[in-house]
Amino acid sequence: MRTHASEDAVTSEDMGNGGPLTRRRFLTYVVAAPVLTVAATSVGDLIAPSRAYAVVPSPPQPENIADLGEVMVAATKAAQHLFVLEVTVDNRVVFRVPRAEVGQGITTALAIVVADEIDARLVDVDAPLEDARQDIGTAQSTGGSSSVRSLWDPVRSIAADARARLVTAAAEKWDLPARDLTTRDTKVWAPDGRSATYGSLTEAAAKVTVPAVSTDPKSASEYRLIGTATTRIDARSIVTGAAKYALDLDVPGALPTVVIRPPTLKGKVKSYDASAALKLPGVVAVTQLPSGVAVSAKTFDQALKARSAVQVSWGSGTVDGVSDADIKSRLAAAIPPMTPAPPLTQGVDATFTFAFVNHAPMEVGSAVADVQSGSAEIWVASKSPTGAQSAVADAVGLEADDVTLHVVRAGGSFGRRIYYEPAVEAARVSKAIGKPVKLMWTRNDDMRHGRVRPRSHHQLRAVHAGGEVLTYEHRASCVELDMGSGTGQALVDAGYVSPTIGSAFFNISEACPYNFGVVTETLNEVSYDMPTAAWRSVYSAQARTAEEILVDEIAKALGTDPVAMRRKFLKTADARAVLDKVATEGKWGRSMSSGTAQGVALHAEYRSIAACLVEINCNGDKPRITKAVMALDVGRQVNPSGLRAQAMGSLMDGISTVLLAGNHLDDGAFREGSYSDFKYARQADAPLTCDVYLVGGTGKPGGVGELCVPAAAGAVANAYARATGDKPRNFPINF
Amino acid sequence: MPSYAFKLNGKNVKVDAPADMPLLWVLRDLLGVTGPKYGCGVGVCRACTCHVNGSAVQVCTLTAADVVGKSVTTIEGLAPSGGLHPVQQAWLEEDVAQCGFCQPGQIMQAAALLKSKRNPSDADIDQIMNVCRCGTYCRIRKAIKRAASM
Repeated sequence: MRTHASEDAVTSEDMGNGGPLTRRRFLTYVVAAPVLTVAATSVGDLIAPSRAYAVVPSPPQPENIADLGEVMVAATKAAQHLFVLEVTVDNRVVFRVPRAEVGQGITTALAIVVADEIDARLVDVDAPLEDARQDIGTAQSTGGSSSVRSLWDPVRSIAADARARLVTAAAEKWDLPARDLTTRDTKVWAPDGRSATYGSLTEAAAKVTVPAVSTDPKSASEYRLIGTATTRIDARSIVTGAAKYALDLDVPGALPTVVIRPPTLKGKVKSYDASAALKLPGVVAVTQLPSGVAVSAKTFDQALKARSAVQVSWGSGTVDGVSDADIKSRLAAAIPPMTPAPPLTQGVDATFTFAFVNHAPMEVGSAVADVQSGSAEIWVASKSPTGAQSAVADAVGLEADDVTLHVVRAGGSFGRRIYYEPAVEAARVSKAIGKPVKLMWTRNDDMRHGRVRPRSHHQLRAVHAGGEVLTYEHRASCVELDMGSGTGQALVDAGYVSPTIGSAFFNISEACPYNFGVVTETLNEVSYDMPTAAWRSVYSAQARTAEEILVDEIAKALGTDPVAMRRKFLKTADARAVLDKVATEGKWGRSMSSGTAQGVALHAEYRSIAACLVEINCNGDKPRITKAVMALDVGRQVNPSGLRAQAMGSLMDGISTVLLAGNHLDDGAFREGSYSDFKYARQADAPLTCDVYLVGGTGKPGGVGELCVPAAAGAVANAYARATGDKPRNFPINF
Repeated sequence: MPSYAFKLNGKNVKVDAPADMPLLWVLRDLLGVTGPKYGCGVGVCRACTCHVNGSAVQVCTLTAADVVGKSVTTIEGLAPSGGLHPVQQAWLEEDVAQCGFCQPGQIMQAAALLKSKRNPSDADIDQIMNVCRCGTYCRIRKAIKRAASM
């Protein structure tokens, strides 16, 4: 194996505050293969968690030093052979994406990076999702808005190295100096106009021992595709119906399977009688699972109908007797006493609650499994493929390496597909009945037994005197967030464990972007045995939304305009620039009629900044956001169209979770069963216009997928407050 | 088991199915047409929206008997083979899709709307009830208007 080192451009300045960061070098090397295949691994410690968290500095807050994205970058560094790029003889440039595609557009973004760096046409690049790889572990997890952040450097390094070898191979073929050759359109070009496709050169390039030209990635001034708005590479397959999700796959003989689930959360089967169901047409098998009773039939219709013919006696669930009111009381009691305001100061106090919220991805939980003796094959949309692989192996008595797990595109996630219950259930049924199965949760299953964003409680106090904010205190409590998978597991692997993973996560994800003097932010988790999972933006979706509402209320107490207030107290000029953009483009302060108003909010996380300005009309049957203007500084912009899409989607999350959508817990069970009563925003709830402006654009890419939720939610709540004169405290408002 | 004959994406099909089997499962499980998606099974998410005789319907709420002698069009049959319907083209130009799961239904809904109203108003577009959990509504609105101008 021949190595060639290329130094990447990470500097401590990129991460701010002189954090515990060292420079990295990516080693690229040729994998022994008949066609050009380049892999990379990074060397050198990116962060040293134990040292970073021995002392919690304030300011800066921990999130300023190293956030989850840095943990994910660090986690991937040990993953040798993870990032593999292949040039095939038929001129395809193939990068196997070690992440999940859930709609966030990373396959397109990464294909753009590959195409730009190797000088291929985008249509010649394939970005299939990598199968689960135990050697990679949690570094294959998708989460923390970190995918493009963590893959930016290694992917460019691999592609640049591959390009150099292709050029070298062409130089040898033509007996020309390599430095005289150029690359574009998936070909190497000679000065006389001759060209050779990468596919025609790949076998020779695989034998190149020392590239004759630089293997350094391009400089930003040379980018052709990076920074250009590009339609998703899978858009055509989506709009023609050709895109395949797990249950669309044609796995021969796979039996449609559904699960009869308990009346309350995590209830257990005491006994069941399937004799009547087994006589129904098409029904093949009935299988007991830890989570319920599975019915397998020749069609989903037959399986669904047979459920009512199975007599199940249920044991109690894990939160029987518990309702929202009980949890609200416990969460309030979990808040420690607030620091009293000192003499000659005034306090602005507010308490906020946020309901449970289902992720409700359009594609319900689903998986295909074919378990044989000694091996298994699984198809599932998973953000934690190696976790899913291990869990399947445990469930069916195999070693993880005996389980082939294909990562399938997902019909949405929003955090849900960090977990993989459908894959484990499907594997258990397949093993029990000796046949392949395709298992589907119904929408009712997904809404009543699927994981949720934990209910949370937030007590905030700002103390001010003489127009300055002296202290800011945010005490949060929430139902314990299950972090035992994906990026949560990556945190554990990186050494963040105490006192709970949730509170460690809270510390590295929450940071107040304002100079509010002494800032105190804490989280106490209250344990319930319930199915929870990180929901887009995780704690920030509630914690930073609450904070942005308080900022408006502090502004009111200080007699200041909300934008002027933020401008004065924001810590960075970059954040002010983002705020100014929405204020200018959104015509902040324009005259509005009664019952209508503007609202604004800002959020900084994932080394990115977002601001949102909305206009609301509260005069109709229900509030309507009529207009939205958003601005993002996400550092390097790989695909502006994808970035805007993420902002627009997050806006709908803000509208939904603030105004419309939540889940009631009634006596141990969730009340909502479908989109009829889980009122996620529809077209009539969306603004008529939504303009997203991109500012900044230099350096490395920041995270984007979850970035805009708190800014959007805060802006919606603030607009509602200004339009109605109410002080919104409990969300969603129409619950 | 009764047998039902109808036209599916321009071709005559005959299928043996239980009388009460939802058309969604007839299409997906018996005929292998997977463009229409299951999202709720009760007609509220509208991810399974298809056309019956040119009108948008939720096939999870119909049976094969309901479409006997009629013409059923799924996303796969919206455009001539290999081509794109103007709505699909507009969807590409506006880069609408994110996860994509609801988009076949959204496109079929939009195509039916444009058939009944050449230039739909914002109020007309607001009537679309198809859920998009990724929140692509603003681009859907722009794509419908773009398709209307094609």
